[in-house]
Amino acid sequence: MNETKDTISTDGVGIIQMRHVSKWYGDFQVLANCTTAVDKGEVVVVCGPSGSGKSTLIKVINGLEPFQEGTIIFNGTSVGDRTTNLPKLRSQIGMVFQNFELFPHISIMQNIKLAQMKVLGREDDQARNRSMELLERVGLTDQRDKFPAQLSGGQQQRVAIARGLAMDPMAMLFDEPTSALDPEMINEVLDVMTELAKEGMTMMVVSHEMGFAKRVADRVIFMDQGRIVEDATKDDFFGTPRGDRAQLFLSKILHH
Amino acid sequence: MESGGFDFHIIFHSIPFLAKGMGLTLLLTVLGIAGGLVFGTLLALARLAPFKVLSFVAGSYVNFFRSMPLILVIFWFYFLVPLVLGQEIGAFQSVLIAFIMFEAAYYCEIMRAGIQSVKVGQAYAGEALGLTYPQNMRYVVLPQAFRNMIPILVSQAIVLFQDTALVYVVGLSDFLYSADIVANSENRLMEMYVTVAIVYFALCSWGQFQVRNLQKKFAHE
Repeated sequence: MNETKDTISTDGVGIIQMRHVSKWYGDFQVLANCTTAVDKGEVVVVCGPSGSGKSTLIKVINGLEPFQEGTIIFNGTSVGDRTTNLPKLRSQIGMVFQNFELFPHISIMQNIKLAQMKVLGREDDQARNRSMELLERVGLTDQRDKFPAQLSGGQQQRVAIARGLAMDPMAMLFDEPTSALDPEMINEVLDVMTELAKEGMTMMVVSHEMGFAKRVADRVIFMDQGRIVEDATKDDFFGTPRGDRAQLFLSKILHH
Repeated sequence: MESGGFDFHIIFHSIPFLAKGMGLTLLLTVLGIAGGLVFGTLLALARLAPFKVLSFVAGSYVNFFRSMPLILVIFWFYFLVPLVLGQEIGAFQSVLIAFIMFEAAYYCEIMRAGIQSVKVGQAYAGEALGLTYPQNMRYVVLPQAFRNMIPILVSQAIVLFQDTALVYVVGLSDFLYSADIVANSENRLMEMYVTVAIVYFALCSWGQFQVRNLQKKFAHE
């Protein structure tokens, strides 16, 4: 039986709703008929083997990647609609990348201030105050005048999270936020994300960190070959994953 | 004809006249770089734009001007354009326009390479924050592109600095032509041509030195 999947996919209250989304790169199909929804305050971890389309699944949500079929509604706005103001929509969705993508030519403070001022129209001191609050939260106030390259990977990723949060987004997307980090830096980033989840932030996290998923996730989506093959509550997923692929994947991930 | 021997007096004596020529050389160089850079960056953005017509027009412009000798471009704007317009546009204006239009073709290619050298993830990050395309270019992509391209941009500027000597063909007294006037009227070819060479060499070496300093500075960041 697949009760969970049916109840969460189509109830229509999700802040993110994805229905029958498909995407191709030329002849290659990266997303195949993906349907899911994320409710306000929910934390969903997306996992799966590499090339399964999990990064693409979150990049279509804020329109960074176009898709050819299906619909995605974010907070009532259709992402694929040509008339949608994509920059405005994106400013409401924070995104954290695998390789941090801080802007290397400006300071940490300027990295966090830039979009607040240019997109939200905040004044300089207002943006600075908000940036300081967030730097304090990720424990990096003393790094504010440095440039990104002077920080460790873990520190850079925490700044990237602060930069996303500075826009006061309605949801945060994380694309493998710890995959590029040295092992000893993974936890400092996961701790920030855990705290964020506890405060009720809506989060969609592409990650192989199953420990994080077990602690923090409400739901886990497992993808394979562009399809969502499991979409279950955390307990169901870790208790009795239904598909063979998911079981195989879990045994590989959990036993090393 | 006077004796051999290197006459330093003639050099010192003509410093004010040469300085005036150098003023014109520097003015043409600075305005040519500034105009060429702005126009060239716009051309680069057009070339990379998703609109086929725009990128084709910009690409054709670049290919055309890169196939022309600079001196021919100067001839057009000095001799041909006034014929078409029916009025003189003046020697200074015509060479300046020629320089800007010619240099823009080169700066376009430099900036295009510069923009493409910025990691695609950077543009994604800017977009994800809600920056519009022009904002993303202005605050995220172009500053990094400029920075990556500084050594080549300065090399191109040094080439233009030397190329401004071509303005003698329309009778403008730049540094070289001023020295040439002195050399011929005073019959001091050796003194003047050696002096000119030393000055060009010193200024261009200084330029290269500044490039290396900048590269070191950015390497620290």
